[in-house]
Amino acid sequence: MAEYTIVVGLEVHVQLQTASKLFCGCANRFNPEHPNTQTCPVCLGLPGSLPVMNRKAYELSVKTALALNCNIARFTKWDRKQYYYPDLPKNYQISQYDLPFSYDGWLDIAADDADAPLRRIGIIRAHLEEDAGKNIHDESGRGNDSQVDLNRTGTPLLEIVSQPDLRSASEARRYLEELRLLLTYIDVSDCNMQEGSLRCDANVNLHVHSLDGKHIPTPITEVKNMNSFRNVELAIEFEAKRQYEEYQRTQQKLGDVPKTTRGWDANRELTYPLRSKEEAADYRYLPDPDLAPVTVTDEQVAQIKTGLCEFPADRRQRFQDAYYLSPYDASVIISQGLSFADYFEAVAKIAGDGKMAANWVTQDILREIKERQLTEGTYPVPADVLGTLLSQIHANMITTKSGRDVFQILLDEQNEATVTADRVMQIIEENGLKVVNDTGQLTAAIDEVLERSGSQQAIDAFRGGKENAIGPLIGQVMKNVKGADPKQVREMIVEKLK
Amino acid sequence: MSIVGLSAVDLLETMRSGDISAVDVTTAHLDVIAKREPEVHAFLHIDSDGALAQAEVVDRKRKAGGTLGSLAGIPVAIKDVICTVGQPTTCGSKMLENYRSPFDAYVIERLRAADAVLIGKTNLDEFAMGSSTENSAYQPTCNPWDLSKTPGGSSGGSAAAVAAEMVPLSLGTDTGGSIRQPAGFCGIVGMKPTYGRVSRYGLVAFASSLDQIGPMAHDTRDAALLLEAIAGHDRRDTTSIPQPVPSYSANLEEPLKDLKIGVPFQHFGEGLDSEVSDAVNASLDAYQQLGATVVEISLPYLSYSVAAYYLIAPSEASSNLARYDGVHYGHRAKDFDDLIDMYAASRGEGFGSEVKRRIMLGTYALSAGYYDAYYLKALKVRRLIRNDFDKAFEEVDIIASPVSPTPAFNLGEFANDPLAMYLADIFTLSGNLAGIPGMSIPAGFSSKGLPIGLQLQGPPLSEDKLLRGARMYERESDWKQKRPLLS
Repeated sequence: MAEYTIVVGLEVHVQLQTASKLFCGCANRFNPEHPNTQTCPVCLGLPGSLPVMNRKAYELSVKTALALNCNIARFTKWDRKQYYYPDLPKNYQISQYDLPFSYDGWLDIAADDADAPLRRIGIIRAHLEEDAGKNIHDESGRGNDSQVDLNRTGTPLLEIVSQPDLRSASEARRYLEELRLLLTYIDVSDCNMQEGSLRCDANVNLHVHSLDGKHIPTPITEVKNMNSFRNVELAIEFEAKRQYEEYQRTQQKLGDVPKTTRGWDANRELTYPLRSKEEAADYRYLPDPDLAPVTVTDEQVAQIKTGLCEFPADRRQRFQDAYYLSPYDASVIISQGLSFADYFEAVAKIAGDGKMAANWVTQDILREIKERQLTEGTYPVPADVLGTLLSQIHANMITTKSGRDVFQILLDEQNEATVTADRVMQIIEENGLKVVNDTGQLTAAIDEVLERSGSQQAIDAFRGGKENAIGPLIGQVMKNVKGADPKQVREMIVEKLK
Repeated sequence: MSIVGLSAVDLLETMRSGDISAVDVTTAHLDVIAKREPEVHAFLHIDSDGALAQAEVVDRKRKAGGTLGSLAGIPVAIKDVICTVGQPTTCGSKMLENYRSPFDAYVIERLRAADAVLIGKTNLDEFAMGSSTENSAYQPTCNPWDLSKTPGGSSGGSAAAVAAEMVPLSLGTDTGGSIRQPAGFCGIVGMKPTYGRVSRYGLVAFASSLDQIGPMAHDTRDAALLLEAIAGHDRRDTTSIPQPVPSYSANLEEPLKDLKIGVPFQHFGEGLDSEVSDAVNASLDAYQQLGATVVEISLPYLSYSVAAYYLIAPSEASSNLARYDGVHYGHRAKDFDDLIDMYAASRGEGFGSEVKRRIMLGTYALSAGYYDAYYLKALKVRRLIRNDFDKAFEEVDIIASPVSPTPAFNLGEFANDPLAMYLADIFTLSGNLAGIPGMSIPAGFSSKGLPIGLQLQGPPLSEDKLLRGARMYERESDWKQKRPLLS
C-alpha cells in the first residue's frame, strides 16, 4: 500500500485574448519591449477615471465557463480586492468575490493508467478579474530602483479554480494540458506560459495512510512561481516528498498550522517558503461602486453556447469512431491543437482512409513541421494535396513506396503554388508510378528477367525451397515497370516457377 | 452698467444684445476676485489668462456669426475635485499639490462645449471630506456674509465664490450635503441631482456610490441653465443614467399645480435652531399661499442615516484613496526605508487628519470579521432609507426640510469635535444614501444676518419639478436680491 495519497487543487489564471483591456480601450497585447505604452487614465488608475466593462471579455469568459461545464450566474458583480503593491496602481484589483459569474463545472482528463476510465476533475468556480502590471526589479544586486510596467494592467484574466480532485503530479500536468488544449480550441486564450498568459498555482497536501487504515491530511501549501507544466509536475512531486518527510518529523496535521505559501525554484528544483505576510492579508473586499452588476439572459447564454466549437474531448472520441483511429493516434492528433486536427480531418476525408491519414500526418507531416520549424497552422503540403496522394494509395492506384516518392517530390517543389492536387496526378504520370495492372506488360518483363543468365541461381534456390531467393528478381522487374505492385509481381513469378 | 452680481441668464442676454462682450464679463469678475479673494479665499487657482483667452474666443465667434454654446462667455468656477486640463486638480490635498490631470472631466467637456469661461478652481475640504472647508490643506474659506463664519463645505469655495459675486456660476460636488449645505450657508441656490444624472467621469472619487456633481448659482434659473449643460448620459460612467435630459429652463416659470409638500416634522426636534425652524415654517406658509398643500410625512429610518452614511462613505473612501501612495504620482515622502515605509510616510505626510480619520474608519469597517456587522448592515439601512423616501413620494411631490440645523457656524467651532460636525449633516445625508435629487434655496436670514436655506427633495429624476417648485417660492420672495456687503 502507498504511504500517502497526493491531493492537489489548481488555481489557473488565463489571460483572455480580447482586442482591448477589461475596463478600458487600451490594447491587450504582450509588449514588454515598450513598457507603459498601452495605458490610459483608467488602467493607470488616475484620479477621476472610471472603469467600463468590456462585454467581449465577459462573453469570452462565459464561453470558457460553458466549455468547462460550469453553471453561469444570471447576476454577477464586481468586487475590489484591496492590497498595496506598486504593480497595482489603484491598490485594489477589480475581481469577483462572493458572486463569481460561473461555478460548479468539470473537466475530464485521462487517468494515469491510460486504460482506466477518464477522471472527472471538478471546477469550483471561474471568475473574471483584471491583471496587474509587472514590477521589474534591478537584478544587479546593487539595489537600484525597481520599475513598473503597466502595459499588462487591466488585461482580462480568468481565474479557474479546480476542486482538490487531482491525485498525482502527472495528473495535475494532464489537467493543465487538457485545459490549455480546450482554451486554445475555443480560441479564448493563447495560453502561453512563457509570456504569462497562463499561470498556475497549486494547492498541495497529502492524505497519509496510517496503519489503522485512516487517512490523515497534512497542512496545505500553496506553491507559486511555476513557469511550465513540467515545473508544476516537478514542484508537486517535490512538495509531496517534502510534506511526507515533514509529517514524519512533526506529525503536524491539517489545521495544526496555517496554510503556507511556497515558491518553486526551477534551477534548484525545490520549493522554498515565501513571506508569510501574504497569508495574513485581509483583502477587505468591497463591491465596486463604479461598476454596475452584470446580468445575462438564458437566451444570451444559449447564443454563446451555440457559437462553441466541438471540444477536444468530443473530437478525440469522434476521431476514434469515425476514422477508426486508436485512442493513442486520436490523442496525438488532438493534442497538436485545433488547426492540426482540422488538417488531419481534411486529409482523411479526401484520402478515404482515416487510419492511413493518421499515420501520415502524425509521422511524415509532424516530422516535416518540426524539421522546417513551421509556425502553427502552416503545413509542408496542403491538406487537399496530401489527401489526394493518399487517396491514390488507398485506391491501389500507386504503391505506398511510390506515394513516398511523390511526397518527397512535393516537398522539394520550389514553387508552392504548384503544389496542388492536380500536380499529384501529374507527378504520378510523369514518373510512371501508376500501378501496372496490365498483366501482359508484366508477363513480358518477368519473362525477360527470368531469362537472364544471372537469374538462374535465384531460380534454383527458390525451387530448392528458399522462398526469399526471388527478392532480387522482383526488384529487377520493378525497376523495369515502375508502377508495378510488388505483391502482384511476386505472385506472378511464383506462379511461373512452380 | 454693472455686470457683477447679474445672473448668468441676464449676462447672456446682455452679451447677446451686444451691450457688453465676454471679455468685459470675465474682466469684471476677475476684478471682483482680485478685490475680494484676499478676504474670502474661495479659490485655489485662478486662471486669469486662460479665462480671458476663452472669453476672447467667444467674442470672436459671436462677431463671426458662429453658433455659441448655452453658457457662452459666462465665468464658471470649478470645485477643485473635478479634473481639468490646463489647471491644477489638487482636491485640496497636499497629496496632489502638483498634480495635473491629463484629461477633462465629462462636465468640463460639456462646459467647454457650451463656451463657458473656466475661470478657476475653488477651495474645498480635502477630497471633499468635511462641512466647513477648513479641511483644505491650503486655506479655510470664509463666508462672504460674515468672514468669521464658515461658508460650509465641502463645496465652500464654490458657494462663497458665487455669494461674493466672483462668478455667477460654479460647480460643486455633493456626497453628503456638500453642495446644499454651503449653498444654504452662503444664501445661494445649490442642487445635488439624482445619482447618475451627471457623469462622474473626471470627478475624483470620495464615495463613488454617493458622489454627484451639481450646479451652484444665484437663482433657480441659473441653476437650471447650468444643470442642463452638464447633465446627460456618459458611457464612460456606468452609473450614469441613460435617459434624455429635459430642458429645465423651458418650463421653469410654470408653477406646479396641486403641489403637495411633505415635511418630516418629527426630525425637526432637538438641535434645530429656532430661527432656522421659523424660516422653514415661513417658507411653508408661503407655499400654502401659492396653493400648495403641506402634510406631515414619516421617514422612520432617517435617524439612522448618519450612522449608515459614516460607514458607507468612509468604506468607499478608504478604497478610493488607496491609489494615493506616492508610487506613480502625487506626493512621495523624501525619506523612507522600504516599500511599506514609503507608502506609510507618503500617505502620512500627504493626507490631512480628517482624510486619515475617514480612511481608518473605512478600513476598519471593511476588515475581515467586521464587514457584515458594519458595511453590509449599513447597506441594508440604506435600502430602508430609500424605501422610506419611495413611500413618501407616493403621497407627496416634494419633501421640504431645513438644509442644516443652524446657520453658518464659526470657523474653528468644531475643530475638536468632528462628530458634532457629522451630526449637522442629518438633513442632507439621506438624500445621497437614497440617490434622490435635492436642492437648497435661500429662505431668509438669521437675526445676525446669516442666510438660512430651505431644502427641497424629490423622487429620482424629478429635477425639473424641483426647480419649478423652487422657482415658485423664489419668485415670491426676494432673498436672492440680498447680497453680502464686502469691500
